[in-house]
Amino acid sequence: MSAGNPPRFVLASPESEFYWRSGADGRLRIQRCGDCRRWIHPPGPACPFCHSRRIGPEPVAGTGTVATFTINRKEWIPGFTPPYVFAFVELDEDPTVRIGTNIVGCDIDEVEIGMRVEVLFEESGEWHVPLFRPIAAEAA
Amino acid sequence: MAGERDALTGEPLERRAIISGAAQSDVGRRLYRTGIDLTVEAALGAIEDAGLTAADIDGVSTYPGFGGSFGGAMGAELHEALRLSLNWRSAGVETAGPLGAVHNAILAVAAGLARHVLVFRTVFEGSGGPLRPGGRGGGGGGMAGSAGPFQFMIPYGAASAACWVACYARRHMHDYGTTRTQLGAIAVNGRANAAANPKAIYTEPMTIDDYLAVRMVSEPLCLYDCDVPCDGSTAVVVSHRDYAPDAPAAAVGINAMGTAIRGRPSWDQFDDLTSMMMHHTAASMWERTELTVADVDAAQLYDGFSWLTLAWIEAMGFCGKGESGPFIEGGANIAPDGPVPLNTSGGQLSAGRLHGYGHLHEAVMQLRGTANIGVPGCEVVAVGAGGGPETGCLLLTKGPS
Repeated sequence: MSAGNPPRFVLASPESEFYWRSGADGRLRIQRCGDCRRWIHPPGPACPFCHSRRIGPEPVAGTGTVATFTINRKEWIPGFTPPYVFAFVELDEDPTVRIGTNIVGCDIDEVEIGMRVEVLFEESGEWHVPLFRPIAAEAA
Repeated sequence: MAGERDALTGEPLERRAIISGAAQSDVGRRLYRTGIDLTVEAALGAIEDAGLTAADIDGVSTYPGFGGSFGGAMGAELHEALRLSLNWRSAGVETAGPLGAVHNAILAVAAGLARHVLVFRTVFEGSGGPLRPGGRGGGGGGMAGSAGPFQFMIPYGAASAACWVACYARRHMHDYGTTRTQLGAIAVNGRANAAANPKAIYTEPMTIDDYLAVRMVSEPLCLYDCDVPCDGSTAVVVSHRDYAPDAPAAAVGINAMGTAIRGRPSWDQFDDLTSMMMHHTAASMWERTELTVADVDAAQLYDGFSWLTLAWIEAMGFCGKGESGPFIEGGANIAPDGPVPLNTSGGQLSAGRLHGYGHLHEAVMQLRGTANIGVPGCEVVAVGAGGGPETGCLLLTKGPS
């Protein structure tokens, strides 16, 4: 994303509010079942696997792999200046936890399926929006 | 063969129904007419085509059942506009895609709740949507601030289905080697066929080089991979099959319908990033018939985005999983004189986004032998509509099934 942060239009639900606030302490959290211990995303009112109501957010490492992505060349939302990358990232804890995000911190042409990425957060009003960047970029 | 069956005959219930009439309103990029106006034009045309009068219509079914440029018109609006007297009416968006309104009508007829159901789908996304003069252009911005499942994509600028479908297309290219040149065959084939369709939006010739040169939208999708918003209404009359001998036009049989939604009902969380719900939907259709993909003479497969057609081709079984790229490359296999004539009226990429009902209308015309580009000896047509988690299909036959 170039010049300035885009409008994030976060509208959290009661189940998802933790997700958009989690980055305040620099940690990404995903909903997890307290009984069967499966990770749940998007968050819901019960565990979709064992239907337990004993669910809650738990921190994850914040690392994962780019499953696929698109380079947007069109300004779908005013303020989202193209080109920018929208991607699905699969988390290391459970690749079925698939997170939509933007890949930042690298040239858009460097993004590829299988790329290793880590979370960072962009403040947007009261929210901390999870974004991802190449892990190599941090090391460099 | 699994699936719901009639206990007495063992036949799928849908075979009790036929399509007795079909019509379209005028179709255009911007007609500046109301949704109900377009709907009445199509409905009266379909009723006349079926050899009926409005007094014979005792059921109405539509998708999605609300107004606005995407919704078009409500069933109740048509009900009132024609002062129909109904035994049954239904509308909804939580169906097996846009063809769900046809599925519902078939079930109502099979159950004896109604005898002649008027089904319609209307859009005026050309003149009434984001492309209206002064509008923003290119849809989706209105979903900003969505608290539903899209809340995980809108904050990232992924405001259009183009962004989501592009992600699947890229993964398909990555896993199977599908190329843009292969994908472009869908748009080029549609444009060639649209030239014979007097209601098509775009009819100028297009080559694969034109396709490869046009601007990108959401890579790997370019402008010509995205359908064109338009204004128009399509209506069909679904009747009991015992009306077939009295119908002035050749009746179209319902051999099987596909409705399954076996995976996660989500644009972004479907387990396989190289397929979508049509994988299950098409499978459920084949479970309900003794016909096979080899019996299909023409295919009308949704092309809201070109890649969705690839997913439908694979889901229907015209080629193996991941093989749609080589299958369509160069277009010979999907041309009107090829083994699988595809989107013979131009599809949505060139003929306008009638949300699957342009495909349905063309299927009826092919089976009647009245299509602009006729497929000789056409007796079985597969119709698939929708993308993401919203997919449904029909297997239609010449004469009652």
